[in-house]
Amino acid sequence: MLKELVLLFLIVFAGTGGELCVTRAMKKIGEVKDFRPASLAQTIFRALRVGWMWLGVALMALAFFSLLGMLSLESVSFVVPVTALNYVAGALGGKFLLGERVMGHRWAGVFLVCIGVTCVFFSRR
Amino acid sequence: MSSDKLTVEEREDTVPMSELHQHHSPSGRHFKTYFLILLVVIFSPLGNVLLSSGMKQVGPMTFHSASEFFGVFVRVFTSGAIWLGIASLFVYFISYMLVLSWADYSYVQPSTAMGYVIVALLGHFVLHETVTPLRWIGVSLIFLGVLVVGHTPPRTTGHS
Repeated sequence: MLKELVLLFLIVFAGTGGELCVTRAMKKIGEVKDFRPASLAQTIFRALRVGWMWLGVALMALAFFSLLGMLSLESVSFVVPVTALNYVAGALGGKFLLGERVMGHRWAGVFLVCIGVTCVFFSRR
Repeated sequence: MSSDKLTVEEREDTVPMSELHQHHSPSGRHFKTYFLILLVVIFSPLGNVLLSSGMKQVGPMTFHSASEFFGVFVRVFTSGAIWLGIASLFVYFISYMLVLSWADYSYVQPSTAMGYVIVALLGHFVLHETVTPLRWIGVSLIFLGVLVVGHTPPRTTGHS
């Protein structure tokens, strides 16, 4: 039980943290407009020189291996729905870390996700 | 953005009209959008189900010693199901990024919400997992919650 909770924590927080870092890195690089292979390769090389990108990729890799660990212990119809807690972490992170205004009905959605995740969590046998 | 596009299309006046219609008609864009959303809806749950069946073959991840860790690592990355799962998630990720480059987030969001329902259906019918009524209720609430979350403006910062 403790193992599952730790893995869930890593999937949600390392995953969301990784996406935030990658977003930050990509914003530093600027909008990608040219999709020819040579310039895409150039964009990738530029991305690799941004520290945030490495941190983001490391966190996303940690989240991926935690997902594999969780899938080795639990059924997929349990694991994937509980990872919907990402939306809760996203709303909280958006509000408190990035200063976004989170609207009333978005909190309602987050609340529904929380109840849903709770139901799925207690359906575990 | 749209004015840029107009000038590009205006410059293409040497291209035959029939060809222009093929590339820029609203129905062409709709087809492209629906096709990519279909890929998102199929490949995200499929990837997770493949990873799940791969990990069930690999067995529980335990890290009591370095050799055990290495053994698990080798078993994970020599599993065909895991690689198929990674490939599926890759297709999902690319399709999702591409469709978000022109479609609204709130328009694409329902497809990711649907993923939670599809993964439960696949778990039940393909992997023969026991999905209790409480779990179906939970999955339905998550589906509704994600729909509601997606139905808000994608940007609330940066405008004064």
